[in-house]
Amino acid sequence: MALRLEVATTVFDTRADIRRKKFTSQGFKNIKNLWILDVYTFDKEFSQKELESIGLRISNPVTQSFYIKGQGLRVKALGKHNDSINKFSWAIEIGFLPGVTDNVSHTTKEIAEDLLHVSFENGEDVYTSQITFIEGKITKKEAEDIANSLYNPIIQSAHIKSYEEYKKSGGMDIIVPKVILNQKPTAKEVDLNISDEELEKIGKKGIKNSNNTRNGPLALTLLYMKTIQKYFKEIGRNPTDIELESLAQTWAEHCKHTIFNDPIDGIKNGLFKTYIRRATEEIRKAKGNNDFCVSVFTDNSGGISLDDDWIVTHKAETHNSPSALDPFGGAITGIVGVNRDALGFGLGAKPVANYYGFCFAPPKEDIPLYKGKNKTQKMLSSRRIMDGVIDGVNAGGNQSGIPTPQGFVYFDERYRGKPLVFVGTVGLIPKKIQGKPSWIKKAEPSDYIVMVGGRVGKDGIHGATFSSEEMDSGSPATAVQIGDPITQKKLSDAIVKEARDQLLYHSITDNGAGGLSCSVAEMAKESNGCIVYLDKVPVKYVGLEPWEIWISESQERMTLAVPKENWDKFNDLMQRRGVEATVIGEFTNTGRCVVSYNKKNIMDLDLEFLHNGLPKRQLTSSAAVEKKEEPKIAQPKNLTQTLIQMMGRLNIASYSFITQQYDHIVQGGLVLPPLQGRGRVNAETSVFRPVLTSKKGVILSQGMYPSYSEIDSYAMAAASLDTAVRNVIAAGANPDYIAILDNFCWCSPLEGDRLYQLKQAAKACYDYAIEYGTPFISGKDSMYNDFNGFDKNGKPIKISVPPTLLISSIGVVEDITKVVSLDLKNPEDLVYILGETYDELGGSEYYSSFGKDGNSVPKTDSVKNKNLYKTLFNAVQNELIASSISITRGGLGVAVIKAAIGGMLGIEISLSKISGMVSRDDFALFSESQGRILITVTPENQKKVEQIFKGISFAKIGKVTKNPLIEIKGLKENIIIKEKLDNFVKSYNETFKGY
Amino acid sequence: MAKPRIIVFSGYGFNCEEETKYAFDTAGGVSDIVHINDVIGDKFSLKDYQIMALGGGFAYGDDTGAGNAYAQKMKNNLWEELLKFIQDGKLIIGICNGFQVLMNLGLVPAINKKYGAHEMGLMPNAIPRYTVRFIDLKVESKKSPWYKGMKEFSIPVANGEGRLFAPKEIVKIINDHDLVGARYFKGEMSTYLNLPYNPNGSIEDIASITDETGRVMGLMPHPERAMFFTQLPNWELLKEKYKKEKKEIPEFAPGLQIFKNGVNYFK
Repeated sequence: MALRLEVATTVFDTRADIRRKKFTSQGFKNIKNLWILDVYTFDKEFSQKELESIGLRISNPVTQSFYIKGQGLRVKALGKHNDSINKFSWAIEIGFLPGVTDNVSHTTKEIAEDLLHVSFENGEDVYTSQITFIEGKITKKEAEDIANSLYNPIIQSAHIKSYEEYKKSGGMDIIVPKVILNQKPTAKEVDLNISDEELEKIGKKGIKNSNNTRNGPLALTLLYMKTIQKYFKEIGRNPTDIELESLAQTWAEHCKHTIFNDPIDGIKNGLFKTYIRRATEEIRKAKGNNDFCVSVFTDNSGGISLDDDWIVTHKAETHNSPSALDPFGGAITGIVGVNRDALGFGLGAKPVANYYGFCFAPPKEDIPLYKGKNKTQKMLSSRRIMDGVIDGVNAGGNQSGIPTPQGFVYFDERYRGKPLVFVGTVGLIPKKIQGKPSWIKKAEPSDYIVMVGGRVGKDGIHGATFSSEEMDSGSPATAVQIGDPITQKKLSDAIVKEARDQLLYHSITDNGAGGLSCSVAEMAKESNGCIVYLDKVPVKYVGLEPWEIWISESQERMTLAVPKENWDKFNDLMQRRGVEATVIGEFTNTGRCVVSYNKKNIMDLDLEFLHNGLPKRQLTSSAAVEKKEEPKIAQPKNLTQTLIQMMGRLNIASYSFITQQYDHIVQGGLVLPPLQGRGRVNAETSVFRPVLTSKKGVILSQGMYPSYSEIDSYAMAAASLDTAVRNVIAAGANPDYIAILDNFCWCSPLEGDRLYQLKQAAKACYDYAIEYGTPFISGKDSMYNDFNGFDKNGKPIKISVPPTLLISSIGVVEDITKVVSLDLKNPEDLVYILGETYDELGGSEYYSSFGKDGNSVPKTDSVKNKNLYKTLFNAVQNELIASSISITRGGLGVAVIKAAIGGMLGIEISLSKISGMVSRDDFALFSESQGRILITVTPENQKKVEQIFKGISFAKIGKVTKNPLIEIKGLKENIIIKEKLDNFVKSYNETFKGY
Repeated sequence: MAKPRIIVFSGYGFNCEEETKYAFDTAGGVSDIVHINDVIGDKFSLKDYQIMALGGGFAYGDDTGAGNAYAQKMKNNLWEELLKFIQDGKLIIGICNGFQVLMNLGLVPAINKKYGAHEMGLMPNAIPRYTVRFIDLKVESKKSPWYKGMKEFSIPVANGEGRLFAPKEIVKIINDHDLVGARYFKGEMSTYLNLPYNPNGSIEDIASITDETGRVMGLMPHPERAMFFTQLPNWELLKEKYKKEKKEIPEFAPGLQIFKNGVNYFK
């Protein structure tokens, strides 16, 4: 009874043209023509007339036509027919697997319901898919290869027909990817009176079903399993499956962060309390009345004061494993998910800026990797991961109407097994709402537990470990979720723009990892208990097991504590905003987390045990003994060529193709853009104003040096923190008003040397945060970034990411008109370098260009730097600086060229005068010594600037020229580089051309 | 005379209502952000407003074509009110996603005042992506109050489906009937940024379309994102220049004029 509606474009279709060009560039040279058809399969009774009227509403008569097909319907084409499609050789249809989020389907249903006054009920649905018609001499094998590059088997299916097959069967088959679950959901008892061996198996592989399959890994070690065994022995019963699953979620590394909290070596309180939180506590104390922190570490985001009336929040997350499997879905879920960390701050902050950081393997090489033995379960290529991740953040950020002013990409071969996808969100919330502090929230006993937003399906249950082999045609894709930004946008607007300001709820939190099991149990701490009726939770399809409903990570959901007397008003508002809200239980003060299903309590745990029952374990680190060698590299004869090549390196080149597709100007507050100057240089720092009536700005940047980690993780963390702080100061931030976030992405964290690196990095975080007075306000760690699989010969291979620490900085700018961009402004302006340069090239981009690491990693002198930063701030406040760029990856040489491209002006400098100690011209150009900033000053201000910088290491090294020529003299005053700016511009923009 | 009242529509993924309201209020109007369901549900009435604004965004995620689903909702529930609003001599502006809605509703170009006719389309950009950048506009409309006194100005685009398309005969009519609001041209910003002046491949460089009265106007670029001086991509360079000339830096930028024109029409 399913009906099909196919929409074709009848005029020039850029989508098809782009796709054709892409296939041609992938080597399918024989494609002559390509057309795309959008398909809507209606699994609901409609008359011919009704379907035609829907077709008219979902197609554009000026540019499209549509066809309808199905039993009992006349095949009919409406609108101008595109006859040329009839010449195709192959038709490839890509559709979703059962249970995968289909956003276009939601919209189509709404259009049909509003138009025909009908409703989709009892599993009736719309499924969207797309046919790509290809004309040309293409073999079946090639058609299959083309299909493979179009779809991801984890979430989609592909069907291919030749022209003859298509004609014979009257088109593509009608496929309805409906979820069918035949199980009868119940909670099952799990016998824990078993051997340690069996206990360990449950922890590792999951609870056993009656048919001997397992539910998927709990990731509970034997120590944890034995603790659980003991607890249930004491209360005299066995746990249910939902109780075990719930404990596994709550005790998971990504919730409890045991590596950061357990004792390590002699550090009794663990790394987080000792190095991160303690730094913040001491800094806040030292700042006294000038403490700008409002809420740190305890909430979904960290919050600082913007001014007397407003708080800005910040939080960065990672979404690594899901992005490796389904790059688009993983990334969109990541960005839309971290938006909820703003919505979940206090009573709900409005997201005002998104932030991203992508770590990929070099995209131009494809080195196959497999998850399964015998070359099964091939991993996606780094290029596909990169494209998908970029698209995902595009869709999530742009559709949510949140600007993305700040972000970066970074490439290293060691991200081939697992990419790192950092996503962050800055939020804005008034300090007081109807006179009450907005950052304080508390669920009260007898408040309703209310779930708002999307419905619950199998999405993300034991996600990353679920193998696609175990799926059959009726089972939903659980491995990954796909975000639905519009569902969340409706929810977000209804909460932070309306319900919050009427104080309709007492508390709110995000449904992220662990779903309801974590959000409800977390809020239950506020009231000291809860009871949840799982049958009331709205589901996407019937047949879900109760434990699945409880831990599902279906997206776009928040959990709220709504006082009973406010429920009608709250629900009425949500209904008028098209947001589903459901009472699923009540908060209590019984000290217990109770879950009921079919009128039976299937979970009844002490909150105390649920949250604090997990035992501590002692971690032991061990320093690696290997000392790295400094490489012997001869100074290149032609440094002009070297510098040109440096500008095109993956980690330095322009990635404006990303910047330009991420809306950074929505909400109207952008001040310092992500692409600066005439030459549109990717800047490392941006500024926006979150409140349009105020002159205050928020300034964002970051620092990250994974290439230093294996040499010296302490120096790596110091440099990352210094860079994050220096970058914002270079653009005009007040050094006394900067907060930072830490995101540790580590690998094999239980190995002694990795733990040692972690400990050293955390120690540097403490030391440098204290010195700079920059409190940590929020952070997150992701510890297991290792890929265990098989290489192209089927041999086992382990690829671990380099220990990666991202420090993100956020500052408040008093007056946005005083911030400074990086582009050179006027000919004859004077060029200065602030700070000292040494032969510090270990882990540098320059050494890396020779395939070397070296040992001489930059050491950061926080005392000197702090002094310099304060002085620069003084100069910026007096508006004496014409341009300013922080010297980071690639060193002085790269910074000079970026400033020049920014202004499209020339520059003449000499390396002979720079402070510090360097032995060679190439080292002077490419050293990554920290604490350095390149500034330009108009000649009128020379005296004032030099007066201000007295006593600080700085040097006047040249001037800006009108003629766009780069002229650099070496340490001995000989000309080492003389070249037209254009050639640097070309190299800078060439690397990602066509991406 | 009382300040004109502006209704700024929200809901289902529109996302520029706050800055659009800010622009109208700064221009001297009084605006309310109103959810479409509260107009359909009679909590607010179009009768109480002189100007209607459909701002930018991603209504319904652009599913089934940018602006289409929101337009369907308006057509199914508010069509008569919309026609009355136009007949009463009031003003409508559609910016970016709002323009896409107006076009899907057939409120522009509505040749010979046939409101509801589907005559043009806004298709995916010639560059296959969402694109954000400044462009330059040359005003063409002689009758639209929205463009009164404006000649050339620079504001940004931010869209994925901004390529205007229409059959040749339609393009000829909209030219002949003075229905082109503004066109992209090589001006200050596309020169400064060294980028093609037509950002999306729009037919005949058309960026903006009006109805026959000129009072209903849609445009792809975002005037509300160029209302402050600090929103200009070259403001840092201009600031250095002004400093040398000992001039104060301005607070506002050219985009604000469109909102002023709307408000002043009723003064």
